[in-house]
This record gives sequence, C-alpha cells and structure tokens, in this order.
Amino acid sequence: MPDREERARFEEWVMPHFDAAFNLARWMLRSRADAEDVTQEAILRAYRFFGNFRAGDARAWLLQIVRNCCYTWLQKNRPTEDVSEISEEYLKDDRGTPESLAIAAHEREQLAQALEKLPTAFREILVLRELEGCSYKEIAAITAKPIGTVMSALARARQQLRNALTKPAAPVVKENRLEL
Amino acid sequence: MSCEQRTEHLHAYLDGELDAAGTLQFERHLAGCAECGATLAAEQKLQKALQSGGLYENAPKGLRQRVAASLPALAEPRVRSTGEWRWAALAAACLVGAFLALQLFSDIGGRSRQSIVAAAVVDAHLRSLQPGHQADVISTDQHTVKPWFDGKLEIAPPVRDFTADGFPLTGGRLDVIHGRTVAALVYGRRKHVVNVFVWKAGGDESLSGAGEQQGYHWLAWQKDGLNIAAVSDVSAEDLKALKDLFLKE
Repeated sequence: MPDREERARFEEWVMPHFDAAFNLARWMLRSRADAEDVTQEAILRAYRFFGNFRAGDARAWLLQIVRNCCYTWLQKNRPTEDVSEISEEYLKDDRGTPESLAIAAHEREQLAQALEKLPTAFREILVLRELEGCSYKEIAAITAKPIGTVMSALARARQQLRNALTKPAAPVVKENRLEL
Repeated sequence: MSCEQRTEHLHAYLDGELDAAGTLQFERHLAGCAECGATLAAEQKLQKALQSGGLYENAPKGLRQRVAASLPALAEPRVRSTGEWRWAALAAACLVGAFLALQLFSDIGGRSRQSIVAAAVVDAHLRSLQPGHQADVISTDQHTVKPWFDGKLEIAPPVRDFTADGFPLTGGRLDVIHGRTVAALVYGRRKHVVNVFVWKAGGDESLSGAGEQQGYHWLAWQKDGLNIAAVSDVSAEDLKALKDLFLKE
C-alpha cells in the first residue's frame, strides 16, 4: 500500500480520536503541558504501528497506546508517584454508607481536585468510563484487565472519589502536587 | 446474595451493563432494599456530576496540526521497508497456505472432519482468553446466564453452576465454531478457565472423544441432541470430572 493511502487511512481511523487521546493523557498525568508531549508521542507510536491495526475499535486501540505511554512517562519522570496498576490491595472493599454529596453538579474545580487525588489507575478507569463513555468491554481491552477486575476497580474508584469529595480539601495534596 | 456482594451489580446497573435478566433481578432487589436504593442514588449523583461537570479537556488548538505535520517525514522510509516486508510476508503466507491445504486434504481423506472441528474449538478457547472476550454475560448465577441465551440460539444450553464441585460458573457468551454460532459457558477451575461449547448435534460439525492441541485439552460428548465440548489448559482428568457433572444432571 502506498504511503499516501496508509496516511489517509490513519487520518480517517485514528485522528478523530485525537481529543480522546489528549483527555486521557491530561487526567492520567494531571498536567496539560505533559499531556501535549505524551499525546504527540502516542500518536507517533500509533502511526508507526498502524500496520498492526486491521479494523475495529480505533479509539480503544489508540487509547491503549496512550495509557501505556502515560505509564512509561510517569515511571520515568515521576518515579515517586504511585503508578502501580490495579491490584488486590486496591480492590479491598471498604464500602461504607453512602455519604450525601455536598457538591453541586457544576463545581468543576472541586471534582477535578478530588479526581486528581485518586491513584492513577483509578483515575484512568473513571476517565475512560465517565468522560470517554467507554463500555466495560472497551475498558477491559484498553487496560488489558479482565472485565471482573474492571468492575471491582470502578466500584472502588467511585468509592474513593466520594471519600475525596466529602473530606475537606487537604493542603498536603497541594504540596505534593507542587513537588511534581 | 447479600448487599455487599451486590456492589458490582449496582455499578453494572448504573452503567447500563447488566443484561435484561440481570436488570430485572437487580430491580426486584432494589424495590425492597433501602440501603441499595440510597447507594444507587448517591452513585447516580456522582456519575451525573462527573459526566456533566465539564471535566473533558480537548487538545489545545494547534497541537493536532503540529502532530499531524510531524508524521510524514517520519513515515517515508518506514513505509518502504514495510512494503518489502509485505512481499516477504505474502510469500510466507502462500507457503503456509499451501501447507494448510495439503493438511486439509489429508485430513478429509483420512481422519474425517473431527480434527478440523477440534482445532476450531481450541481456537475459540484461545480467542476467549484475549482481554474482554471471555463473557458477554458475567454472572455466577445459572438463572442469570441461562435466560441470557434465550432467543439467541436454536438450542437451550444446559447451564449449571458446579461451584460445590470445584467448577464455578463465571459467565457465558456466543461464539462461532466453524461458521456456526454456539453457546459458550465459562467455568473457573482453580486459576484456569474452562470453556464449554454447546451446539446442536447432527450437523457436520460433530465432535466426540478427547485430544490435545497446542497444550490445551479438549473433551467432547453428545447429550440430549447437543454437542458439548470442554476445552482448557487444565488436566484431562479435570475435564473428565466436568463431563461427569454434566452427564449427572
């Protein structure tokens, strides 16, 4: 296949998901500037390996590359940050009674701060589900986890997010973020 | 099932990921359980806040163009070499094709279609091990899995949970074996996955006996007009034990 055709196919299949790639990277890295770098790297990688992509869910295929790039980037650039993937430890149930949320739907800053307090693996899964609207099956494909793990991780991530929202904003977190 | 165990059902319900039977079952529980009702309301509120909270961040203007502009320069030499590889791959594929055709003919001439069907069954098992491919309906409850197949197949697969005998049911899905849609029941065996494929007996794609292929065991039998084939990397004895459980029913 000539270059031009391959390039056109890439434009048609992959580039429509450019914003999805950026959004996932932005939340996983908690920084727009870093997300720009990683998105660029991920798109280049996707282009290089586009020969491996046949047909099907191009968004899931691209997002899989993006999240792998994010984890690699985090390990290299923020070695002190918890970037461990979902584990048994994460999935231990500490389900309590549901706290009534004192947030209004539009309080973006409060939500964003709470989301950024979560471990990367939980933030990733919530962004894929709630912002990107991925199905469990797609999330399982993107994160290379069994659907059962996706389900428990999602339940656990929401629990932690609720906890983060009901606790007053801790200044410690701000300091941590400055260290980054 | 306790409310604790229902946590994942609640989230699957919230996300619209339960099938019709699961939804019905959960809603029935919800009607009589204030605790789950309150949890669901809180989760719905959180979900709404996340989805409509303006959190989605589009890429900055110009980034897309910058990235797109950086692509072709990088691609030129690569694509040419890929082209060369493609010819090599094509040549290799022809050889493999010729080899497979030979195999196929010797199979048909010799051992019948059995080994082709067995290979298709093992392939289907391998496919199911890919992430996200194992089950379309995830439930350990045979009364959830069984109705899920209703209307999807011309047969009613014998869905049984054998947790007490060490083969917990984990879900079910539709699969395709040799061009025919079949029911696949998924069981756990310690840390391993066992697929039990069920399809109507009497066609060309019948299979019986046992065998091993690429390190996977299969064991097939017929019962009540159905072909049943179990495949897994567990031992042949384990598969035999599972077969006995099915035959006992």
